[in-house]
Amino acid sequence: MTATTTSARSELSELGRSETALRTFLHGLPGVDQVGAEQRAAQLGTRSIKTTAKAQAIDLAIRMVDLTTLEGADTPGKVRALAAKALRPDPADPSCPHVGAVCVYPAMVPYVAEVLRGSGAGSGRPPGGPGQPHGAAPAGLGIVHLASVATAFPSGQAPLEIKLADTRAAVAAGADEIDMVINRGAFLAGRYKEVYDEIVATKEASGDAHLKVILETGELATYDNVRRASWLAMLAGGDFIKTSTGKVPIAATMPVSLVMLEAVRDFREATGRQVGVKPAGGIKTTKDAIKYLVMVNETVGPDWLDPDWFRFGASSLLNDLLMQRTKLTTGTYSGPDYFTLD
Amino acid sequence: MSERVAVRKTYKLFIGGKFPRSESGRSYLVQSSNVSLASRKDARDAVVAARAAVKGWAGATAYNRGQILYRAAEMLEGRREQFVALGIPGDEVDAAVDRWVWYAGWADKLAQVYGGANPVAGPYFNISAPEPTGVVAVVAPERPALLGLVSVIAPAIVTGNTVVVAASATEPLAAVTLAEVLATSDLPGGVVNILTGAITETAPTLAAHMDVNAIDLTGVTDAALATDLEVKAAENLKRVLRPAPADHDWTADPGVAPMTALLETKTVWHPKGV
Repeated sequence: MTATTTSARSELSELGRSETALRTFLHGLPGVDQVGAEQRAAQLGTRSIKTTAKAQAIDLAIRMVDLTTLEGADTPGKVRALAAKALRPDPADPSCPHVGAVCVYPAMVPYVAEVLRGSGAGSGRPPGGPGQPHGAAPAGLGIVHLASVATAFPSGQAPLEIKLADTRAAVAAGADEIDMVINRGAFLAGRYKEVYDEIVATKEASGDAHLKVILETGELATYDNVRRASWLAMLAGGDFIKTSTGKVPIAATMPVSLVMLEAVRDFREATGRQVGVKPAGGIKTTKDAIKYLVMVNETVGPDWLDPDWFRFGASSLLNDLLMQRTKLTTGTYSGPDYFTLD
Repeated sequence: MSERVAVRKTYKLFIGGKFPRSESGRSYLVQSSNVSLASRKDARDAVVAARAAVKGWAGATAYNRGQILYRAAEMLEGRREQFVALGIPGDEVDAAVDRWVWYAGWADKLAQVYGGANPVAGPYFNISAPEPTGVVAVVAPERPALLGLVSVIAPAIVTGNTVVVAASATEPLAAVTLAEVLATSDLPGGVVNILTGAITETAPTLAAHMDVNAIDLTGVTDAALATDLEVKAAENLKRVLRPAPADHDWTADPGVAPMTALLETKTVWHPKGV
């Protein structure tokens, strides 16, 4: 580590102390060339990935899926079925990998934990601090992680104490990953310190659980804001930055994810700490997922091509991945009749 | 003034209500025109479009389906000269329109003829109703290009099925022109999808596809290919309609069998009070 990087690191860690320093830093970030970003993202979507490379990409994408259900109508039975699917997505094919995590509301965490607990053997992960690879889930949980949304998801419009209590409850119930939403109201009003402090407090409340910070890019209006929010979340200690809740009309897009990937790359260069990225919402087909994997590989490199550093927040994506996987192994196009609905 | 240059037509596929080129970018020269050569991925896309259209089309009222098919017959009649210019005899166009209308008329009558109350030994009211099979893959006969095509499409869709048709490889222009007729007649996109090109390329994909519920092999002339397709279709127990005999008379009354072959009977038991 060079002297300049070390001093840059300590400088960055000081930023959170004052509103002015944060604003000066975030507004000093170079602006995003909107047309350039959109064109680059579109170009990255034109790569042709076939045969063995496609098979590899599909298996990697399955391992990266955060199998999600965030509905008012979720029941214990539904999330149990979802957890069982996460462990063995294709019951007909034992070579099919398990997904990265199950993502549910805090009230549903205990039911998922029940199913995941004891699945898979010998997968202990020492509780990792910030910047440590997530690795396998803690011994108690088995091979699939358990993510819970928290902090008054999806709007985040609740008093801080309630958001923190929400987080603690999710961790206590067994979640080892917390998906928090940032306070968009404060962010858009320019009160960066408030957003920063909330993330720091949530990080503390999550304890050993990994913290994914949802920026809700569909509400941030500009790519410049996306870049600022990404840096803000990383400076405050987020382990992952996530695009969207999936609850607003504009969810994950390629250009937004590109801006976020560039942010995590630059952040690692500046501080040495690696942060993960999770696009969520609107990614429904294998083709889309592979486009994202290409983008990860060509912008931040293979270091991020791992479920510890890149995830897809999705529900219907998994079935399409499984259908494409079946097509590659059997040579026959499959249909939705042969996979579970949720 | 320079002489006007005529606009030449590119004959494309018909998938989901749109006219895309083949995903593979290929075309072949037939009937002095460039016609898209469908690939297996086009077949897959067509099945996706057909599946998406099932809910709306099978859920539409029989009366509504009938009206839309009558509308298609009107459009077909209006393009009579265009079909004649493609080399289809006028008599055949007329027969095709008549056949289309004949099937359209069955839309709201078939359920009465083939469904009804069953006498059962118990205090139950027992009724049977025919329901569409779902997505049907069809290998259309090589000729007659128009009458043969209408005779396999109309009976499948009138009851609420959606179809993916592998059109005649040697005379595909009538099929693409029929697609233009259907595209202008209120038929929802995806109910009829038409693939032009080599049967040997598209039919095996359709026969093996797990999301296809039935396959009509009427136009298959090669016995070995027909056997192969039947074997592939067995994987998910598709309904299979065997190839038509070589001397099949397309102008004869087809009867209701082409419709009833692509129906499933649903029977409901309902307790009956005293």
